Amino acid sequence: MKILICISNVPDTTTKIRFVDDNTKFDTNGVQWIINPWDELALTRALQLKESSGGAVEKVSVITVGSKSVEPTIRKALAIGADDAIRVNAESEDAYEVANLIADAVKDEGYDIIIAGIESSDYNGSAVGGMVAEFLGLPSVSAVSSLDIENGEVVVKREIDGGSEVMTSQLPFVAIVQKGIALEPRIPSMRGIMMARKKPLNVIEPAEVAPMTEYVSYELPPAKAACKMIDPENVKELVVLLHTEAKVI
Amino acid sequence: MSVLVYTENWDGKFKKLSFELVSYAHEIAKMLGTSTIALSIGNVEEDELKKLGDYGAEKILKVEDNRVKNLVNSAYTSVIAQTAEKEDATVIVLSNNNSGKALAPRISVRLKAGLASGVAALPSSTDPFVVKKKAFTGKAFANVKINSNMKVLTLFQNSFGIIESGGSSEIEAFTPELSDNDFRTEVKEISKVTGKVLLTDAEIVISGGRGLKSAENWGPIEELAELLGGATACSRPVSDEGWRPHSEHTGQTGKIIAPNLYIAAGISGAIQHLAGVSSSKFIVAINTDKDAPIFEAADYGVIGDAQKVLPALIEAVKEFKAEA
Ligand SMILES: Cc1cc2nc3c(=O)[nH]c(=O)nc-3n(C[C@H](O)[C@H](O)[C@H](O)COP(=O)(O)OP(=O)(O)OC[C@H]3O[C@@H](n4cnc5c(N)ncnc54)[C@H](O)[C@@H]3O)c2cc1C
Ligand SMILES: Nc1ncnc2c1ncn2[C@@H]1O[C@H](COP(=O)(O)O)[C@@H](O)[C@H]1O
Repeated sequence: MKILICISNVPDTTTKIRFVDDNTKFDTNGVQWIINPWDELALTRALQLKESSGGAVEKVSVITVGSKSVEPTIRKALAIGADDAIRVNAESEDAYEVANLIADAVKDEGYDIIIAGIESSDYNGSAVGGMVAEFLGLPSVSAVSSLDIENGEVVVKREIDGGSEVMTSQLPFVAIVQKGIALEPRIPSMRGIMMARKKPLNVIEPAEVAPMTEYVSYELPPAKAACKMIDPENVKELVVLLHTEAKVI
Repeated sequence: MSVLVYTENWDGKFKKLSFELVSYAHEIAKMLGTSTIALSIGNVEEDELKKLGDYGAEKILKVEDNRVKNLVNSAYTSVIAQTAEKEDATVIVLSNNNSGKALAPRISVRLKAGLASGVAALPSSTDPFVVKKKAFTGKAFANVKINSNMKVLTLFQNSFGIIESGGSSEIEAFTPELSDNDFRTEVKEISKVTGKVLLTDAEIVISGGRGLKSAENWGPIEELAELLGGATACSRPVSDEGWRPHSEHTGQTGKIIAPNLYIAAGISGAIQHLAGVSSSKFIVAINTDKDAPIFEAADYGVIGDAQKVLPALIEAVKEFKAEA
C-alpha cells in the first residue's frame, strides 16, 4: 500500500495578518512558514500506520504545489519521516488549480490512500482534498478523525453533527482529515533531518491550468469596541446588559 | 437560470442554518433576477419541506432514495450536479459545515464551477462575480472573484441571518441516476449524542479553560449552559487533559463556532483559541488576570475568580428569569 499526503505551506498560527499594496496582497514580511497543522498530523498518522502495519504500507510520500520557496516545508516533511516528496512547481491560491495539478501529477502513481487536511489555515478553502478525489474519480470521506487499516481494509471514523460514523472505503480513496487523526505531530529527529537531505524530492513542471478564482482584495475585521468591565460583586449588571444592550438573553 | 440551495436535514427536520441558507440563496436569486430552488435529500415530511418556501424557495426538489440515507460524498455530488443541470443553476449554495465542506469541492470539479468557501456576505457584484469570504482562520476577509460561469458557494454559519419572505412553493420529487461507482464507501456504525444542545448549533455557548483547574469544577459551566439553553465548550488544553470531551474543543484545531453569545471562563484568549470563536456576536470574558488577551476580543469582561463569578452569574440569571 502507498500513502500520499498533500502538504500545504501556511503562515505560522500566531502570525499577525497584514496586507500590502492597497490591501491586495498578503504581507509575507517576517512570516514563519509551517506545514499546515492538519497535514502534519496526517503525515504522523501515515508514518504510524507504516510502522505498525507489518509491511502492508510500503511507502509514505508527500506532495506540495508551490514555488521553490516552500522547499524548507517539504524538507521538514521528509525529516519527520516521509520517504519521498513531489513538488509541483507552481504558485496558486486557487484550490481548483492546485487540485488539478496534484491529480495530474499522481494519476499514474498508484497511491492507495491520499490524505489532505480539512482546511488550510490561510485561505480556508476546505477544498483541495475533495477536488483531488473528484479529479481522480475516487471515493472520499471528509471530517475523518481516525484512520486504521484492518485486514487490508481501511476503516475510518468521521465526525457528523452531534456524533460520529465508522466507515469503510474501497481503495484507492481520499481521506480529508481533522482533529483526532493523530494526537501530537511528530517532531523531526536529528537523524531525520540528516536523512532528509538525501531523500528524493522530485520537481514537476506544471501543466497549463487556468485558475477558477482570484483574490482581488482583503479586509481586516472591524476593530472591536473596548471591552466593558463589570464589577465582579455586581454581575447582575452583566445580565441586564446582555438582555438590553446585546439582546442575546 | 436559477440558484440552487442544498438544504440538509437532521432526522427529517431543518435547522436555523437551513433557513439562513435559503434566505441567502434567495437574495442572490433576486440580484440575478432568477428563482430559488431548494434541494432536500432524505425523508422529510411535506409540512417541513414547505417551511423552506417561507424563506424564499420557489421550488423544492425532494430526493427520497434509501441509498442516500447517509452522506455518501460521490452519490450526493451526483444528485446535486444532476439537479443543478436540470434546473440550469448558475449558483449553488451549501453550508460551510461538515457536509458542505465534503460536497462543495466535488461539485465544483464535477460542474467546472469555481468555489468560494466560507462566504460571509452577499456578492458585492454579480458581473464580475465577487464575494467576501472568511480567510486566515477568522483573522481576515478576502474578496474572491469567481471567473467561471457556474459558481459554488458555502455560507459561513450565522454570518448572514434569516429573512422571511413568505412566498409560496411547489414540491417536486426527483429521481437521480446513481451507479455502483457512487457507492464505494459504506457506513458501518453510527453513534449520536442525543438530548444535548449541539455546540455547532447553539446560540449561547459557555466555555471553560485551564483556569478552571480540574474536571470537577465544571458544574457551574454546565448549570449556566442548561439555564440559558446553551451548549458547553472548552479550550484545547482542557480536552487534551481529558477534563472534557474532544467534541467540545473550540479553536483553530477544534470546532469553529459563531454563536450569539460566547462566555469564556478561565480562558487566556490565545490566537488559536480566538480563531474558533471570534465570529461570535458577543463575547464575555471571566478571568483573574486583567491583562489576559481574551479581554481584547471580549465585549464584556469580569476580572475575578471564575469559581465565584460563575455561581453569582447563575444566581443573577435565575433572578432575572424570575422577574421577567
Ligand atoms: C498549532 C496550534 C493549534 C492550537 N489550536 C488550539 C485550539 O484550537 N483551541 C485552543 O483553545 N487552543 C489551541 N492551541 C493552544 C493555545 O495556543 C493555548 O495554549 C490555549 O488556548 C490555552 O488554553 P487556556 O486559555 O485554557 O489556558 P491558559 O492559557 O493556561 O489560560 C488560563 C487562563 O485562566 C486564567 N485563570 C486562572 N485561574 C483562574 C480563575 N480561578 N478564574 C478565572 N480565570 C483564571 C488565567 O489568568 C489564564 O488567562 C493551539 C496551539 C497551537 C500551537
Ligand atoms: N498548495 C498545496 N499543495 C499541496 N496540498 C495542498 C495545497 N493547498 C492545500 N493542500 C491540501 O489541501 C488541504 C486543504 O486545503 P484548502 O483546500 O486550501 O483549505 C490542506 O490541508 C492540504 O492537505
